[in-house]
Amino acid sequence: MHEYPITEQIVKIASEKAKENNARRVTRITLVVGEYSGFIGESIQMYFDIISKGTLCEGAVLEMENVKAKWRCPSCGIDYIRKPLSFACPQCGQDGEPTTIGKEFYVKNLEVET
Amino acid sequence: MMSGKEIEVVQNIFDENDRIASAINESLDKRGIFVINIMGAPGAGKTSSIINMVKGLPEEKIYVIEGDIESDIDTVKLKELGIETIQINTNGACHLDAPTIEKSLLELTINQPGILFIENIGNLVCPAEFQIGEHIKMLICSAAEGSDKPYKYPLAFEKANVILLTKCDLKEYVDFNDEFFLRGVRALNKSVPVFEVNAKTGTGFEEVSQWLRNKKN
Ligand SMILES: Nc1nc2c(ncn2[C@@H]2O[C@H](COP(=O)(O)OP(=O)(O)O)[C@@H](O)[C@H]2O)c(=O)[nH]1
Ligand SMILES: [Mg+2]
Ligand SMILES: [Zn+2]
Ligand SMILES: [Zn+2]
Repeated sequence: MHEYPITEQIVKIASEKAKENNARRVTRITLVVGEYSGFIGESIQMYFDIISKGTLCEGAVLEMENVKAKWRCPSCGIDYIRKPLSFACPQCGQDGEPTTIGKEFYVKNLEVET
Repeated sequence: MMSGKEIEVVQNIFDENDRIASAINESLDKRGIFVINIMGAPGAGKTSSIINMVKGLPEEKIYVIEGDIESDIDTVKLKELGIETIQINTNGACHLDAPTIEKSLLELTINQPGILFIENIGNLVCPAEFQIGEHIKMLICSAAEGSDKPYKYPLAFEKANVILLTKCDLKEYVDFNDEFFLRGVRALNKSVPVFEVNAKTGTGFEEVSQWLRNKKN
């Protein structure tokens, strides 16, 4: 459900960029989607096909780069993917801190026809 | 001739939402309104907690935007208590966003400074992602949901400015593990205050109200 307004934003961002670059149409949009951005790829694709109709983005391929969330150990300095129900560092067992890795949600780049 | 070309963008998809949220916050702040975004799972005790906080802050003018639909204590009940409340028809949405709040604020008559509670939709995932113009995010988490919630929904705990652990009266029946819960909370959020409350009896809400008073001023 909530992917609808978000997909509108994606089409808007891509169309504006395409216009700025005098493109005739957008052929690919690449998104970076973190694990904790809470967005479901399939729904974005489904809404995208509807929302992009009649825009410069119609028919474009949506590509998603998924990013797993990582924690950082303050003692060892390493970034790691945590085990379920734990935040512990795999090296020393101390609880790590959340990082921005896995929270991404942005339009990375486009491929356009000019 | 037709030619393909790659364009770098790197634009955050939340940008527009966040921009509207900042505008809402600025405009309400100017009018002396302190905005609290209440997040939590369905049935966690969001509405019950709002009622207790309202009772604990008799000197404040209270406004409520009710976005939750799963509650058995509804807008009618809040209105009966004399609280200025509007209900948003969220049509099955899973979170509130800034444009929705911007629209609903047009219906709310704000004639004096005070506190605006916005009860978000019962969900621990995406409400944490969307700013809606709040000064603080309050996470309502009930002991009945179990002590593993920070591990399952880390973002909500990381982003919370204050946490109420409700239904503490039920701890003994659900084998709530305080140590495990708090360890998870502290890993995500070193300084967030955690208040243990019972929204049925009001136990613990004096401290919450006092904390809010200090935070607001
Ligand atoms: N035992 C107990 N029940 C509570 C407590 N807080 C809320 N409840 C009950 O939990 C149910 C859901 O509460 P409500 O405030 O509507 O939750 P919301 O969906 O998060 O708004 C209601 O039946 C409340 O009476 C509490 O601290 N202790
Ligand atoms: Mg409710
Ligand atoms: Zn370590
Ligand atoms: Zn949502």
